[in-house]
Amino acid sequence: MNLVLPKLAVRAASDVAWRSVALQGWGRLGSAPCQAARPERLREAAAALAAQNGRNIIAHGAGRSYGDAALNGGGAALLTGRLDRMLGFDAASGVLVAEPGVTIADVIRVFLPQGFLLPTPPGTAFATLGGAVANDVHGKNQHGAGCFGDHVEWLELMLADGRTRRVSPTQDPVTFQATIGGIGLTGVVTALAVRLLRVPSNAMRVRRQRIGGLDEYLDAFRAARDATWSVGWVDALAGGAALGRGILETAEHAAGSVAVPAEASRRMPFDAPGFLLNPLSVRAFNAAYWRRVPAGGEERVVHANRFLFPLDGIGGWNRLYGWSGFHQFQCLLPEAEAPRGLRRLLETVGEAGAASFLAVLKWMGREGRGMLSFAQGQAIPGFTLALDIPARPCSRALLLRLERVTRDHGGRIYLAKDSALSPQGMVEMYPRLGAFQEVRARLDPAGRFSSDMSRRLGLG
Amino acid sequence: MAAPAETWLVLGGGSTIGRAFAQRAAAAGAAVLLAGRDVGELERSAADLRLRHGVPATSVLFDALDLDAHRGFARACATLAQGQLNLLLAFGTMPSQADCEADPAVARRMVDTNVTGAASVLTALAPVLRGQGGGTVVALGSVAGERGRPRNHLYGATKAALGVFLQGYAARHARHGVRVLNVLAGPVDTALTWPLPKLPFMASPATFAAATWRLARHGAGQAHVPRVWAPVMAVIRALPNRIFNRLDL
Ligand SMILES: Cc1cc2nc3c(=O)[nH]c(=O)nc-3n(C[C@H](O)[C@H](O)[C@H](O)COP(=O)(O)OP(=O)(O)OC[C@H]3O[C@@H](n4cnc5c(N)ncnc54)[C@H](O)[C@@H]3O)c2cc1C
Ligand SMILES: NC(=O)c1ccc[n+]([C@@H]2O[C@H](COP(=O)([O-])OP(=O)(O)OC[C@H]3O[C@@H](n4cnc5c(N)ncnc54)[C@H](OP(=O)(O)O)[C@@H]3O)[C@@H](O)[C@H]2O)c1
Repeated sequence: MNLVLPKLAVRAASDVAWRSVALQGWGRLGSAPCQAARPERLREAAAALAAQNGRNIIAHGAGRSYGDAALNGGGAALLTGRLDRMLGFDAASGVLVAEPGVTIADVIRVFLPQGFLLPTPPGTAFATLGGAVANDVHGKNQHGAGCFGDHVEWLELMLADGRTRRVSPTQDPVTFQATIGGIGLTGVVTALAVRLLRVPSNAMRVRRQRIGGLDEYLDAFRAARDATWSVGWVDALAGGAALGRGILETAEHAAGSVAVPAEASRRMPFDAPGFLLNPLSVRAFNAAYWRRVPAGGEERVVHANRFLFPLDGIGGWNRLYGWSGFHQFQCLLPEAEAPRGLRRLLETVGEAGAASFLAVLKWMGREGRGMLSFAQGQAIPGFTLALDIPARPCSRALLLRLERVTRDHGGRIYLAKDSALSPQGMVEMYPRLGAFQEVRARLDPAGRFSSDMSRRLGLG
Repeated sequence: MAAPAETWLVLGGGSTIGRAFAQRAAAAGAAVLLAGRDVGELERSAADLRLRHGVPATSVLFDALDLDAHRGFARACATLAQGQLNLLLAFGTMPSQADCEADPAVARRMVDTNVTGAASVLTALAPVLRGQGGGTVVALGSVAGERGRPRNHLYGATKAALGVFLQGYAARHARHGVRVLNVLAGPVDTALTWPLPKLPFMASPATFAAATWRLARHGAGQAHVPRVWAPVMAVIRALPNRIFNRLDL
C-alpha cells in the first residue's frame, strides 16, 4: 500500500524548543541528562535535527529498552511520543502505515477488534513502533513469525540533515537492513508500513505445563515446535537436579473472542526497598509460582493481551527493584550449544545469588533482516534466555562472566536489554558490524546520531 | 456506521490540546473538522481519527489572522458539518513576556491571534450556530487571564479579553440555543509549555481533554481544568497587592 506523505517545509531553527530532561532506561540504572525536543509534527522533527548546535542526537521512543540504547547523556534526544498518528490501513493486505510514536497497545486497541494483531509483539505493549524497528523486536512466536523487520514493507527515514528517504527491502535495501535493528543510529524513522497478522479472535488458548529441569525444557520446546506461540518461565534460583525448572506456556489463537480486560490498573506506588528482593524471598516466590500450575498442566482461554503482555497490568513494575535499578541480560545461544551454555549461565547466576526474579526462555527459529538483528547467523535456530539482575556492587562482574559464557558458546547479547556488553564482545557477537558502520559513515559522515550505548560499545 | 449526530470543529486543529480533544470527540462518535494553517499536517491527524474511530474527519484551511476569510470559512464549515456543529477554540500563541516587550510586533501578533482572530471567527460562525438552532462553543481560556502576573501578563491579558468577549457572546446567543464554556486551563503538557521550566499541576493532554470533554457535554460559563485550579486561583485572586507583588509568579 502506498500513501503519499506531504513534503516537509523546514522551519527556522530558532523555532525548535529544547528542554533539559533526565532520561532513564527501563532498568533505571541511572539517568542521562540531555536536551530534548518533542516534535508534534514532522517538520518540527526535521528542524530539531537541523538545530542540534553540534550536539549529537538519538531518537527516544517509550524508553522500554532496559539499558542505554535510547539515552544520550550530555547530548540531545528526539522524543517521538507525539508523532503518534496512524496514517492508513488496507484491510485487504493488512498493511498499516503509521508514525513511529504509535504504540503497540494503540495498534492492538484499534485493530484486534477488526481481527488483526501486531505480527511480532514483544513482552510489553508500551513500546513504540519506532522502537520495534530499531531493536527488530521479537515475540513469543519468533520461531514461526520471525522479527518485526520481517513484516515491515517500507520505512521513511529522516537523516541527519533533516531530509527523509524511503527505504525498503527493494529500495535502498542496504540502508533498510542497517535501520532494522540499527538502535537508532542511522536516523529517525518517521513513518513505516507494517503488515499486521490476521487472527480469528482476540483470545488465545494457553496451555501451561510444569517443567522439572533444563534438558526436559529444551525437549519440551522442540516438541512444541508447531505451537504458534511458546515461552518459558525459569526459576533461576533452583539448582542441582532442579536447575532450569519452570513453566512452559504454549498458545494458539482461540476461535471465539472474550471480553476485553480493563486497562492497566495496578501500579507500583513506590520503590520497593532492596531487601525485599533477597534470594530467600525470591526463592519462596518462584517455588510457589511453580507449584501453582498443577502437575498435569492446565489450559485456559484468555484475552491475547493477558498472554502477550503479562507485566503490563502492573504499571511501573520496574520499581520493584528499588531505587538502584536493575540490569537485564538476554542472550541467544545456538541450538547445539544450548544445553551446556544455558546450564553454565544458570549456574553462574545461581552462584552469584543474584536473586533473578524473572527469567524467560524462548526458542528462536528465524533470522532477522537487520545487520544488527539479535536473531541472526549461527545462533539461529537457538535458545534465548533473559534474566533480571538487580544492580548491586558485584553485578557488573557477574554480567562480565555471563558475557564470557555467551561468547564461549557462540552466542549473542540482545542490545534492547543490554547495559554492560563490552566493545570487544560487540565485535565478536555481531559479525555484520563492519557493514553497519560503513552505512553509518555514508549516511551520517559527521556522526551526529550517537547514544550512550553506541559510545559504550565503541561505535562512536 | 450511523451518521454522526454532531460535528466538532476544532479551530487550531493542530494544537496539542485540539488533537487530544478531537480524539475524545471521535471516540464518542462525533465527526471532526480540523481547522488550521498546516493542512498537510491536519490531514495526517484526520486520517488518524478516521482509522482509530471510524468517524468522518476532514481538514479545513483556517488562519486566525486572515479576518477577511472568516465568513467564507464559516459557510464552508456549515456545509461540511454532519449533524449539529459544535466548536472548540483551541488556537493561540504565547510568546514570552520578554519577547513581547522587546518587539511590539510580536505582542501585536499575539493579540491579533488570541483576541481579534478569536472574536472574528466566533462572530462569523454565530449565524451558523443560530441557524441550526444552537450549538456548543468551548474556548480555551487560561488561569493566566485571572490575575496578571509579571511573567506573562500580556498573554494573560489576551485570555482575559477573550473571557469577556465570551461572556457577551454567550449572553447574546443564549436564547438561540448557543451554550458557551470558557475553560480556564492550568498548565498542560503541550508544545506551548515544553520549553518552560517545570510547571505545577501539569496535566497530560489526554487527561485534560477527557475532563474538558465531560464539561463540554453540559457545562456553561467558565470552569477550571484541572479542577485543582479553582481553589488555587481563588487564593491567588484574593491575595492583597502588597503580598502578590512580592511573589515572583
Ligand atoms: C517488560 C518488557 C518486555 C519486553 N519483552 C521483549 C520481547 O519479548 N522481545 C523483544 O524483542 N523486546 C522486548 N522488550 C524490549 C522492547 O521491546 C524494546 O526495547 C523496544 O525497542 C522498546 O521500544 P521503545 O519504543 O520503548 O523504544 P526506546 O527504548 O525508547 O528506544 C529503543 C531504541 O529504538 C530507537 N528508536 C526509538 N524510536 C525510534 C525512531 N522513531 N527512529 C529510529 N530509532 C528509534 C532508540 O534510539 C533506541 O535505540 C521488552 C521490554 C520490556 C520493558
Ligand atoms: N498548554 C497550556 O498549558 C495552556 C494553558 C492554558 C491555555 N492554553 C491554550 O490552549 C490553546 C491550545 O494550546 P496548546 O497548548 O495546545 O498549544 P500548541 O500546541 O502550541 O497550539 C497552538 C496552536 O495555535 C495555532 N495557531 C497559532 N496561530 C494561528 C493562526 N494565526 N491561525 C490559526 N491557528 C493558529 C497553531 O497552529 P499551526 O498548527 O498552524 O501552527 C497551533 O496549532 C491555546 O489557546 C492556549 O493559549 C494552553
